[in-house]
Amino acid sequence: MCLAIPAKIISIQDKEAVIEIGGIRREASLWLTPEAKVGDYVLLHTGFAIAVLDEDEARETLELIEAVARAGEEEENEERSEVKRSE
Amino acid sequence: MKFVDEFQRSDLVKGLVRHICDNSHKKVRFMEFCGGHTIAILKYGIRQLLPPNIEMLSGPGCPVCVTDNADIDKAIALAAVPGVILTTFGDMLKVPGSRGSLQEAKANGADVRIAYSTIDALAIARENPERLVVFLGVGFETTAPTIATSVLMAEQERITNYYVLSLNKLCPPVIKALLDSGEVKLNGLICPGHVSAVIGSEPWEFIARDYGIPCVVSGFEPLDILQCVDMLVAQVESGRSEVEIAYKRGVTLAGNKQAIALMDRVFEPGEAIWRGIGDVANSGLKIRAEYSRFDAERHFEIKPGETIHPAGCICGDILRGIKTPSDCKLYKTVCTPERPVGPCMVSAEGSCAAYYLYGEGR
Repeated sequence: MCLAIPAKIISIQDKEAVIEIGGIRREASLWLTPEAKVGDYVLLHTGFAIAVLDEDEARETLELIEAVARAGEEEENEERSEVKRSE
Repeated sequence: MKFVDEFQRSDLVKGLVRHICDNSHKKVRFMEFCGGHTIAILKYGIRQLLPPNIEMLSGPGCPVCVTDNADIDKAIALAAVPGVILTTFGDMLKVPGSRGSLQEAKANGADVRIAYSTIDALAIARENPERLVVFLGVGFETTAPTIATSVLMAEQERITNYYVLSLNKLCPPVIKALLDSGEVKLNGLICPGHVSAVIGSEPWEFIARDYGIPCVVSGFEPLDILQCVDMLVAQVESGRSEVEIAYKRGVTLAGNKQAIALMDRVFEPGEAIWRGIGDVANSGLKIRAEYSRFDAERHFEIKPGETIHPAGCICGDILRGIKTPSDCKLYKTVCTPERPVGPCMVSAEGSCAAYYLYGEGR
C-alpha cells in the first residue's frame, strides 16, 4: 500500500503537476513537495508526490553498490584461481 | 525507467550476493517490516540468493492486513447509512469483516466506490453535493499526509459533505510493541522506505539505541534490498547497531517536513487496534478537534455489531512474525486470493498473497 514510483515532472501549475511514468502522463498533486521543479523526478504515491528524488544520491549509491559488487566478484575470482592452483 | 532499471542490474546483484555470502558468518534473523519489501523479496527470489545463516521474516507493515475486523465492520456500517457514498482504496474492497466485505455490501446496494487518490474522493464529493462522501482512511505515514491534505483542501474549498474515517496507523509505535512483546527476536530490521520518505530515518533511532538492533532503511528494487542486507550484515558482524539509509535518493534523516507538518495539523496520535497485535497506544491517527467536522466517527453514529474473527485464520500470528503462511491450515486450501478468509490473502502485499503468488521461498 505504501507503493510509490518514480515519476518525472513535465509541467507545474500552482500545486498541480503533469507527470510522466513510462510514457504515460497524468496529474499529480505537489501539496507535499512544494519545492519540486519541472524536470525533477518525484516519488508518486496515490496521486501525490511524497518526495523529490535526489539524482546525486542515486549516482553515489550506485557507485557504492558497484564497488561492493566488484569486491564480491574479485573474492570469487581469487577463490577460483586458488582452486585451480590446488588442482 | 529512470531510478528503477539501474537498481535491477543483474551483474551487480551477483556481486552483492557474493559479498554478503563472504561476509556473513553469524546466524541472524532480519525482519522486513514493509509489505512492499515482502513482495519484492519473494518476487525477485532474494531469500534463495542469501546464505542459509540469514533468515528473513515478514512483519506487520501492510495497512490493509492490520486493519482489524472491528474497523472493517465500522466501514461497512457506514456504507449502509442512507445518503453515504463510501470511497476507499481498492485494496480494502475484498477484506472480509465479521459479516462480509465492502464488496459484498456494494453488491447488496451500498454505494461503495474505489478512489485511486483522496483527490478522486474529493471530486466525488464536489459532484454529489446532496450526498455524504466518506473516505476510508487506511494507511501508514506514507499515506496519512495525502489524507490530511484532502481535509485541508475540503476546508479551503468549503466542501461540506466530505468526511474521513481515520484508521491511519503509525509504524514506530507498533514496532516497539512487537519488540516489547519479546515474541520475536531480531538481529536486524529492514525499515520501510516510503514511510521513511515521509518521517525520515530519525524515528527508528530508538530501535538501534534501546534494543541494540541494526536498522537500515531500504528501497524496493533488488539492488536496494541486497545493499540493505549487506549493510545489516556489516553492522551485525562488527557488533554495531545504528540506523543507516540504503535508499538515499528518496530518504533523508529528517524526512519530508511539509508532509509531516500537514499530517500534524490535521491528525493527532491516538489508540489504534492492530489485527493480531491489539490496542497499541499512540499508534493511530485521530482527526484533531479543529477539523472534527470532517471526522466521520463524530458525524455518524456507527453501530457495527459484534466483532467476529474467522476461525482457524492465523493472520494475526503471521503479522507478528511468529508464524508463516505455510503454517496456516487454511492457506491454499480454504483461503485463496479468489476466496480470501483473512486480510493477508486479500492485500497484494499481504504475506499470504505474496507467498501464494511467488512461492514460499525458503
